[in-house]
Amino acid sequence: MAFAPSDEPVALKILVAGGFGVGKTTLVGAISEIRPLRTEEVLSDRGVGVDDVGGVETKTTTTVAMDFGRITIREGLVVYLFGTPGQERFWFMWDELSYGALGAVVIADTRRLTDCFPSIDYFEQRGTPFIVAVNCFDGAERYEPDDVRIALDLDPEVPVLLCDVRRRASAKVVLVTLVEHALKTLTAAQR
Amino acid sequence: MTPPPEWLDEEAGPIVRPYALTRGRAHSSADDMDLIAMVTAVGKIPRDPADIGPEQWRILDITARATSVVDIASELDLALGVVRVLLGDLQDQGLIRVRPPAQVAPLPSERILKEVINGLRAL
Repeated sequence: MAFAPSDEPVALKILVAGGFGVGKTTLVGAISEIRPLRTEEVLSDRGVGVDDVGGVETKTTTTVAMDFGRITIREGLVVYLFGTPGQERFWFMWDELSYGALGAVVIADTRRLTDCFPSIDYFEQRGTPFIVAVNCFDGAERYEPDDVRIALDLDPEVPVLLCDVRRRASAKVVLVTLVEHALKTLTAAQR
Repeated sequence: MTPPPEWLDEEAGPIVRPYALTRGRAHSSADDMDLIAMVTAVGKIPRDPADIGPEQWRILDITARATSVVDIASELDLALGVVRVLLGDLQDQGLIRVRPPAQVAPLPSERILKEVINGLRAL
């Protein structure tokens, strides 16, 4: 048997949220080793409060691929990126994904800012540290981060930054900003 | 819009329905197992090797080193729900040890986060 390391590996979870087609997959791909991950389209009845009906298990079996990437910081320290499924029928996945998450990146597109409202509401309510990364699409008008902050009615401590999710360097800045924000939130909570 | 799936190639997914592997069971003791819980094979020999399916043997193989639930699902290319059922069986038979992330690190420490920041910068 392989020699077991004395301490367990540490895994951290970062979520990537935002409206459909806003660049979640692109961001995950720009910065991490993409891995296939399947889940079911509709999860079990768990949590809905449905009683067990004599061993008959209700569950659809359509599997869908999820955005999932992995960044190995060092042996025994891994960061997982999960793209939160955009469509409403995937809301059930959010609680599971955000449980224990270090934080979330909400990607915004200034041409349809309202698309990221549900994500922002969700993380605000759950108290998950998040940042807003404005993806600068070609041909979209540029806005200053502060304009976006006002438009989204964000708390002053929520970082807002412009980015190009296709570029690795930019994706890196986005993740570093998030982890720094999470660290700040953590140390503030400990004081 | 994407066209309706056709049963033509790998993209169509396995021809066998996913839960066939679990003999139709969709639930197990691992239902609430966290996505990033760490699974480690304890190295015990199953009492009745016939109880263990090929996918489960692979899981025991993969988890000779602590491996997260998502990585196992990804490695086997099976849906998370299916993997949880397979893991539940192994857990019930005492063949794996599962450590939820909270047990490993309740809240990531300042030291870990700083390490992550530096690691990301160095990518």
